[in-house]
Amino acid sequence: MEAVGHITSAGRASEPAALRVRGARKHFGPVRALAGADLALRPGEVHALMGGNGAGKSTLIKALSGVHPLDAGEIELGGRAIRPRSAHDAERLGISTVHQEVMLIPGFTLAENIAFGREGPWRPGRSREREARARSALARLGIDVDPRRELGACSVAVRQLVAVARALDVRACVLILDEPTSSLDRDETARLLDVLRRLRAQGLAIMLVTHVLEQVEAIADRATVLRDGATVGEVVGADLTRAALVEMMTGGRITPADALSGPGPGAPRGAPPARAGPALLETRSIAGARLPREVSLRVRPGESVGLAGLLGSGRSETVRLIFGAERMRAGALLVDGVARRRWSPRRAGRAGFALAPEDRRTEGILPGLSVRDNLLIALQARRGFRLLRRSAAREALALTGELGVRMAGPGAPIDSLSGGNQQKVLLARWLATRPRAFLLDEPTRGIDVAGREDVLGLMARMRRAGMALVVIAGEIPELLRSCTRAVVLRDGRSVGEAEGTDLTEGAVLAAIARHDR
Amino acid sequence: MTAENGQTLRWALAAWGLLLLFNAIASPGFFMLGARDGRLNGVFIDILNHGSRIGIVALGMTLVIATGGVDLAVGSTAAISGAVIAVLSSHSGWPWWSALGAGLLAGAACGAVSAGLVALAGLQPIVATLVVMVAGRGVAQIISGGGGVPVTDPALVALGNGVWLGLPGAAWLLGLTAGAFALASRRTALGLFAGAVGASPGAARLAGVPGRTVLVMVYGLCGLSAALAGAVEMSYIRAGDPSTAGLGLELDAILAAVIGGTSLRGGGFSLLGAIAGAMFLQTLSATLSAQNVSSDVAPAPKALVVLAVCAIQSPRLRARLRQRGRP
Ligand SMILES: Nc1ncnc2c1ncn2[C@@H]1O[C@H](COP(=O)(O)OP(=O)(O)OP(=O)(O)O)[C@@H](O)[C@H]1O
Ligand SMILES: [Mg+2]
Repeated sequence: MEAVGHITSAGRASEPAALRVRGARKHFGPVRALAGADLALRPGEVHALMGGNGAGKSTLIKALSGVHPLDAGEIELGGRAIRPRSAHDAERLGISTVHQEVMLIPGFTLAENIAFGREGPWRPGRSREREARARSALARLGIDVDPRRELGACSVAVRQLVAVARALDVRACVLILDEPTSSLDRDETARLLDVLRRLRAQGLAIMLVTHVLEQVEAIADRATVLRDGATVGEVVGADLTRAALVEMMTGGRITPADALSGPGPGAPRGAPPARAGPALLETRSIAGARLPREVSLRVRPGESVGLAGLLGSGRSETVRLIFGAERMRAGALLVDGVARRRWSPRRAGRAGFALAPEDRRTEGILPGLSVRDNLLIALQARRGFRLLRRSAAREALALTGELGVRMAGPGAPIDSLSGGNQQKVLLARWLATRPRAFLLDEPTRGIDVAGREDVLGLMARMRRAGMALVVIAGEIPELLRSCTRAVVLRDGRSVGEAEGTDLTEGAVLAAIARHDR
Repeated sequence: MTAENGQTLRWALAAWGLLLLFNAIASPGFFMLGARDGRLNGVFIDILNHGSRIGIVALGMTLVIATGGVDLAVGSTAAISGAVIAVLSSHSGWPWWSALGAGLLAGAACGAVSAGLVALAGLQPIVATLVVMVAGRGVAQIISGGGGVPVTDPALVALGNGVWLGLPGAAWLLGLTAGAFALASRRTALGLFAGAVGASPGAARLAGVPGRTVLVMVYGLCGLSAALAGAVEMSYIRAGDPSTAGLGLELDAILAAVIGGTSLRGGGFSLLGAIAGAMFLQTLSATLSAQNVSSDVAPAPKALVVLAVCAIQSPRLRARLRQRGRP
């Protein structure tokens, strides 16, 4: 992974670019994904590729990494025109990529996932060697997991880090990361950014996609902004501010002040939820197969409870348990004060529960089916085999407009939507059922700056309308903006709560850390 | 049906059309109708007759494939159904309609067994239905007492031999079955649910789709369609024959569904495509025999043509070819 390839500037001494794209165009049938994108990536820099959902970032990256070819435009690597024809091809040229939708094999171990495709079939690496190599690759990213574990059994965060480890495990001169932090928490993100800084110092050219402006500010030397498939500009140095980025990305649709205005004064405004009154949802020391171990929660209508904790603290597992996706091993789950024994996603759905799951790829979207089918499935499942009325379907479809989903039409396959737009469809799927309790596992994952505001606003409206929310968000500021109370989990146990004036970033972080061994 | 299914349906229809055109030119008499013993006959009528039988099964198979499964037991199910009907009608003297009903029920039961193995025992569909396929043949032998059982009931004989308004009985049954399947899958949520289970079982479960119920219904319907095809075949040969009835039917039905644009990965599906696929397959067989390719050798060229059709439908391959065409 000591990766610095030699980079020739090919006579462009004034502006030596490791990777340059000019006039990239790409159509998918009638959909125009790229319409003249330009980009110049220099060695030894972290270059943020910015743009709203569906702006064409992933499409551009897939073209650079040989997943699909451009219709028109040029790609130059170190001054030479290239045309990567396959992922393997791109890797050989020195372009290593982490894709937005992690493309790994669930049935393989972590070590095999890091190594596969890179050992000739006639010379399979010895598994010891391979594991040692994987272990150190993962350790560099600061995660301590057994490389012999099966990937499918790992959390989305671990999977994402394995994909990064795999990308770092080759000699490359260009490293491209498409939303590598979308499933990561603060600490993992910080560690990843540290690794990127080190690689930058070694002269690697790094391209990073993220919707979190703080991360861009923290690490990027330069940013290129795409809008509707075309480059609208490049910003460097002192000009690289949140305000400038938001302005360029949205074309002035939202003012920078709105966009992720930092932690703010804490709890969302609005009438404080009634303290008394029966809980819509209560868990008493619930435990799952591995996680959680002992979590107790009470959520009333009109209340939004945030779950805070580190990677592996059992937040996702807790909401999955509450939704019946996992078997409960101990404890009691009460809905409207009644203990529920036989509980399943189906029953939970009927009782007015909804879950936006952590793993969009395997538990969210229905690949190959249309946006329409993906949207209506939960509502239809609740109604049973009798087909939804036209009007109900139309109403549900209107939600995609409200959330600003960019798509060719409701008949388009869900896979053809950009990552952020798929996430919006999943939120709309459950909103269409008008849930009483919405369990949101990283609801804004992959959603752009403007969309994030829309979603947070929507959550506030849902809460005020009497819905109960349980929210997981790795970004503490976002967690604080979306919840009225935070419960801190550690090692699968609920260990603390913060509410009202105590609900500050410092307090939550301290609560997470206090219980750190 | 997604846009992609629509495209493949068009390809399947185009392939069928091309094949018919080829025959119109290359083998005069292909479309000629004759009358013998007061019955219409001719190559084209034969295609309709046998193609309809495959088409009926392909409809059920299509729904099963949409759930990400496959039903290898349809051939055995057809044999069981034929044996049940023949025995009840000829040996027990049941009226034709109750014998037929019992045969269809037996088919649905076979499907339910497969569904149980898949949904409750968690076996992979290919394994579960392989078990039923092997066991089913044996059951058919037991029911018929180990040999062919002749059928003489005029109504039952007419099922596969009669012609109404110029179309063979099997074609009418195909039309009826197609209508019933279209209603069941598009006028209820069954089609959506089946596709959802096939596209992503995990996501479908979280969305609240009643997966087990869907599997039981889908495999049950598939068993029913196989039983109907079995009844038609029994009628055609005027006997319930446990050892040869429905042999190879599963492969034809799967091929028909796939040619019709239903991906074995599960998800979207096309009923019309399955019918087009069945007709295409049967026409292909008839073409080969019209060209005097011996029936022992015929499967090889047949396989090549099927492969070509499937390859042309692959969006990946088409994209690649298009790319090559560009400088
Ligand atoms: N395979 C495809 N078929 C059809 N349309 C596609 C396909 N892939 C992408 N698109 C379309 O191209 C446009 C750009 O998508 P892309 O995935 O590049 O966006 P993005 O900038 O990565 O967005 P996000 O931030 O949500 O990940 C979108 O409108 C999308 O719907
Ligand atoms: Mg993207």
